[in-house]
Amino acid sequence: MANNKNNVVELEDAVVKFVGDSGDGMQLIGTLFSDTAAIEGNDLATFPDYPAEIRAPHNTIAGVSGFQVHIGKEKVNTSGDLCDVLVAMNPASLKSNLKWAKLGATIIVDNDIFDEKAIEKAGYKTNPLSDGSLNGYNVISAPITTLTKEGLKPLNVDIKTAEKSKNMFALGIVYYLFNRDLESTFKYLEIKFKKKPLLVEVNKITVKEGFNYAETVEAIKSTFVVPAAKLEKGRYRNITGNVAVAWGLLAAAEKSKRPLFLGSYPITPATEILMELSKWKSLGAKVFQAEDEIAGICSAIGASFAGSMACTTTSGPGLSLKSEAIGLAVITELPLVIVNVQRGGPSTGLPTKSEQSDLMQALYGRNGEAPVIIIAASTPANCFFYAYEAAKLSMEHMTPVILLTEGCLGLGSELLKIPKVADLPSITPPIAKANDANYKPYNRDENLVRSWAVPGTEGLRHRIGGLEKENGIGNVSMDPMNHQIMTDLRAAKVEKVADFIPLQEIIGEKEGDLLVVGWGSTHGAIYDAVNAMQKQGLKVSQTHFNYIMPFPKNTAEIFKGFKKILVCELNSGQMVNYLRMKFPQYQYMQYNKVQGLPFVVSELTQKFNQILKEV
Amino acid sequence: MKENLTVDRSSVPLTKEDFVSDQMVKWCAGCGAHAILSSVANVFPKIGYKKENFCLVSGIGCSSRFPYYVNTYGFHGIHGRANAIATGVKIANPHLSVWIATGDGDSMAIGGNHFIHIIRRNVDLNIMLFNNQIYGLTKGQFSPTTPQGSVTKTSPQGTIEQPFNPGELILGAQGTFFARVADTNPKMMTEVMFEAAKHDGTSVVEILQNCVIFADKTHNTITSRDLRDDHQLHLKNGEPMLFGKEKEKGIMLTATGLKVVKIGENGITLKDILVHDQYAQDPGIHLMLAKMNPPEFPVALGVIRSAKFSTYDDMVVEQIAYAKENSSILSVDDLLNSGDTWEI
Repeated sequence: MANNKNNVVELEDAVVKFVGDSGDGMQLIGTLFSDTAAIEGNDLATFPDYPAEIRAPHNTIAGVSGFQVHIGKEKVNTSGDLCDVLVAMNPASLKSNLKWAKLGATIIVDNDIFDEKAIEKAGYKTNPLSDGSLNGYNVISAPITTLTKEGLKPLNVDIKTAEKSKNMFALGIVYYLFNRDLESTFKYLEIKFKKKPLLVEVNKITVKEGFNYAETVEAIKSTFVVPAAKLEKGRYRNITGNVAVAWGLLAAAEKSKRPLFLGSYPITPATEILMELSKWKSLGAKVFQAEDEIAGICSAIGASFAGSMACTTTSGPGLSLKSEAIGLAVITELPLVIVNVQRGGPSTGLPTKSEQSDLMQALYGRNGEAPVIIIAASTPANCFFYAYEAAKLSMEHMTPVILLTEGCLGLGSELLKIPKVADLPSITPPIAKANDANYKPYNRDENLVRSWAVPGTEGLRHRIGGLEKENGIGNVSMDPMNHQIMTDLRAAKVEKVADFIPLQEIIGEKEGDLLVVGWGSTHGAIYDAVNAMQKQGLKVSQTHFNYIMPFPKNTAEIFKGFKKILVCELNSGQMVNYLRMKFPQYQYMQYNKVQGLPFVVSELTQKFNQILKEV
Repeated sequence: MKENLTVDRSSVPLTKEDFVSDQMVKWCAGCGAHAILSSVANVFPKIGYKKENFCLVSGIGCSSRFPYYVNTYGFHGIHGRANAIATGVKIANPHLSVWIATGDGDSMAIGGNHFIHIIRRNVDLNIMLFNNQIYGLTKGQFSPTTPQGSVTKTSPQGTIEQPFNPGELILGAQGTFFARVADTNPKMMTEVMFEAAKHDGTSVVEILQNCVIFADKTHNTITSRDLRDDHQLHLKNGEPMLFGKEKEKGIMLTATGLKVVKIGENGITLKDILVHDQYAQDPGIHLMLAKMNPPEFPVALGVIRSAKFSTYDDMVVEQIAYAKENSSILSVDDLLNSGDTWEI
């Protein structure tokens, strides 16, 4: 569609935030806007922000649901700090999100909803649209509900359907603002509502109405263009971290030729992995929705014993329930991938918010000496590769692996350069051969790995279980020295994995004033902050951990070259204390935040600058 | 009855010796578990499956040492979780004949949730429920099946809890197979185990087991020589439910429930006696039989219910086969390139 306004501003990047009442369809239009941006060549990252309740009371702050998307012509590393465009469908969403808008941001509101009652419910004393509190912003105040209904009159749809379509009107305005092509969205709508042709028509008309409205309205003086990003050549798709985990596991199963078994119980924000894998029976995935978290992991242990690539997926409270069974997988030395999509804790905590506070639990939250491999993904897209890696290391080293992701990674999305399964590293589980006369359950190879004797195989009948086993032979043993040997072997086996993982990298110079250390989802925010400071010539570097147990072999060396080391994490200091224990020869400073929110780049820059002043 | 076609059959006849383990059996002398072990050793070779296709799974407790004493694939799990672990084994490999050794603590208390759900799903495996009405391995605390009033280490004044009747729980959870046997009757135990193996779905065999140390003679009102004829009803499919020394007593179905009657008294003839139908889909009468208790009634032993329903693991296989035939996504490359993708 042609743009009649002359003033087009080119932006490096832009952040758009869609907020409204839950049920207003903010997640849907956020996704539609992201997909269109992606198809037109932008890099992007998204972050949904929704309440724990499905439908909290209408028009209240508690019921605000949001979706933020950051698009750019360069690599986009975070879902953005403050937004350039805020779409607020009701007073409550404006009230709770105005603080996330840049000064001068474009704010689109549905003024039909700004009546006395809704304004009061949001906690405003006066109408923010008329009391001057939005001075300094570019406000597009449109009667979105009314115009949506009017536009749909020729279709004769019921009032409820018409009202529900108002999100599409808002999307039309945003499309106009960003000079977007409507065709790809129309195509997407045709696929999404394939069985409801009327709805396709309703949505198409409403998006167009919004677009046309924006074209005529005075308030829009200029529009934006975010040019296509110079991404590496290849085929791309948009993917959330949870879907990426599911697909990474499927890829590992296909590559290892071990059938995938998932035993899991629904829990926010990990449920999408269970739902996604449930869809792919055509790839042989066996998905068992268990009666509880414990049955989820125990069924997976049973499936692992029976020769499957077994997984269980959960979030913090579920990991607590699985603790005893993780120990069982440790002592039976069976492969098992445990995915923990971390959320705010303790207890039920903040189910829909993100946190990194389960690291110590992953490391030590079991009875006895029970070491496991711990890996953390750091972007939605690399959840694919780390899930694949978790499955590979688990099977090749016959040990459980905990893969830590976070709510913001699981639900957030970014572009994935589509890999070919043939190009992924091979996976060769140590399957025991039939009728091997020398087979003993706890015999080990040079990497201390025992072999996997799958029930049904001739000549390998054996018993394993949670009682301590005699080294090599595998009979139950209560012998004191044997227990020492087995404890040491289990630890050494996991430590040995360090020989099979990449070395830790430094982003920036290998020496300098400040090394910023992070792990997990904070990679993007730390990267943007460090990168900006490096461009100013400051001696700041970044190192970000994806392999946590064991650490890469060169970890201690990396710290050598810096005057100060700052560990940033979304907890009260779990990684920093782990580092203090592991590498006590260094001094570590820490920056922590436990608000259920990711870091914003500006707070990191501020902290880094403050430390540099003291150097 | 239909034989299970999923599990590979042995090409050679097997004997008891094929399942002998090299481990020392560490149960107390006189423990009822010895009889169960011997029964299993008799049944496994008879079933005819390849010896590598048997898999024994257990939880924690005296019962749960069972896998170490039989030479099959075996997994000794954690407390209460045998049923969950075994579910994973069976779904992962439906070609295995999976047997669970569990007890009244393991499956009725700490693992109660997994127990009702494995039954509800009708996963095709066999549960041997060792019911000795006591926690033996932790030395004598009451269990969920300990009779009310029993003095144990944790109930010095007698328990104040109502016990579970496992049969009621199993049928309440929509169990498709339930049998009850006493450890004093190895012949019946072997027959029942064989029936359990043949049943497609979750079969639960409750074994009234004596704990010689902590709950000795707990089942005596049922198993003692002088009471057993009057307190045991041996069920046989298609046969009238008769009991007593001379089979002079029987079970009759009245408008309000079951009733014990005497043949020849008040005009009662053999025709009035209820005939056992273990294959009935409706569990009504099975439940009444499972609930019978002395002194008013004899205890029903043998196969109480063996109804045909589709199994969970069969349906898993069917759904996967259907999806493979009908989906266009047949590899992870297909999946990665499905939906909205674009070239840069």
